[in-house]
Amino acid sequence: MKRFSGLNLVAEAFDGHRGWPEHWPDKAPKAAYDAVIVGAGGHGLGAAYYLASKYGMTNIAVIEKGWLGGGNTGRNTTIIRSNYLYDESAHLYDHAVKLWDGLSQELNYNVMYSKRGVLMLAHNVHDVQSFKRHIHANRLNGVDNEWLTAQQCRAYCPPLDIAPNARHPVLGGALQRRGGTARHDSVAWGYARGAVARGVDIIQNCAVTGIRRGPDGAVQGVETERGFIATGKVGVSAAGSTSLVMRMAGLDFPLESYPLQALVSEPVKPIFPCVVMSNTVHAYISQSDKGELVIGAGTDAYVSYSQRGALHIIEHTLAAICEIFPIFTRMRMLRTWGGIVDVTPDRSPILGKTPVPGLYVNCGWGTGGFKATPGAGDLLAYTIAHDAPHAINAPYNLDRFRTGRLIDEAAAAAVAH
Amino acid sequence: MIQIHCPYCREDRPEVEFSYGGQAHIARPADPSALDDAQWETFLYIRANPRGPHAERWRHVHGCGRFFNAVRDTVTDRFEVTYPAGTPRPETAA
Repeated sequence: MKRFSGLNLVAEAFDGHRGWPEHWPDKAPKAAYDAVIVGAGGHGLGAAYYLASKYGMTNIAVIEKGWLGGGNTGRNTTIIRSNYLYDESAHLYDHAVKLWDGLSQELNYNVMYSKRGVLMLAHNVHDVQSFKRHIHANRLNGVDNEWLTAQQCRAYCPPLDIAPNARHPVLGGALQRRGGTARHDSVAWGYARGAVARGVDIIQNCAVTGIRRGPDGAVQGVETERGFIATGKVGVSAAGSTSLVMRMAGLDFPLESYPLQALVSEPVKPIFPCVVMSNTVHAYISQSDKGELVIGAGTDAYVSYSQRGALHIIEHTLAAICEIFPIFTRMRMLRTWGGIVDVTPDRSPILGKTPVPGLYVNCGWGTGGFKATPGAGDLLAYTIAHDAPHAINAPYNLDRFRTGRLIDEAAAAAVAH
Repeated sequence: MIQIHCPYCREDRPEVEFSYGGQAHIARPADPSALDDAQWETFLYIRANPRGPHAERWRHVHGCGRFFNAVRDTVTDRFEVTYPAGTPRPETAA
């Protein structure tokens, strides 16, 4: 890996920038690896990067049925926050937020993490009570979150309409100042480049077609479109397709896959300084560095792998955006897309070991996986390297659906699902 | 917008008239006290989540208000057949 630096940039400028090596050369799969990660999204590439950089496993491969970062990593609204209610969630998501800090320096790749603040609007008395409870719980866990009055919300985000007779009146908001956004593609690219520099093979356009298990039940390797790859450790980080991959190993998972839609407007000059989320009306909005308004909806109603969604869902979201920010009513939308998100019954992820020895899983992030990218990658890597979960992800086991020890962020309503 | 055929109203109606009710044909156990934790897990949480034909419940909320079942392809979102609640899943081409 040739480092990006001012000096290298100037030196390359004299030679027409012909000296930069490929970030992730296309590799043919080897016959065997120490570990194989299924899914080259941010989470999978992050796991490969941390396995190689922190946990000393470099003979590993990431296999991907499509292209690198082409799934939900490239299809989200890039919001980063950690203001979740339960202790387990606060620890998990804040682990990620701490890793976001300094990630650009660590990867020598600008992931454009911008701590512009995430403001969650309260529209009714229930929201106010719920958010204040979140704020207190967050503070006990060392996670910053503060209450703003409606006037303070407007001062923080001037396009906001706080008129008392508004369709969705703003009674206040919870602001996490460390929250913000990052450049989603850069995260995948940065992790891929960092992993490859440490010897990881990234194999794209190579779907997994089977998981081979030995007589003792343990993983022996994966069948792929490009042949069998022997390995004793398989980490699955396949988002909406996780239950399909798990079924190859004979496991039924408590997951359902739904489309989650987002859209962007035409680019305009900087007008929107932060991220605003309105859980009650299912709308999130921020402005990208390119100037587009990035708007996210709630999930579509039914199970689907179609990677698109119904128009009435985003129509509902845009109606809410126009009510809360009347200034945007004449904005034109440029692109919409849908990602397939894997949702668990309690809306918390499953991250850890499975009943199959040598098979590890990182799934169930539902509508909010992007924010967790560095943390999920790190913890999946830890779990694979130690064959045991880290204390942070130990509660996120598969057993909780049998024991009943759920981490019920769905009921805590930290976010619109 | 997707048109859904309500088997009771016998009409194709836009999808906004309907609400989704999850996977179909999950019967509540006849003797709940006889189930162990693993069986409860399966009943409550484990879902088919197939990539392809999926039998699921729908309710014609803004019409007759009744539940019915449908087989829909989860890749194309195309409805293959809808049928009244309480009847078995019909054979479909896929």
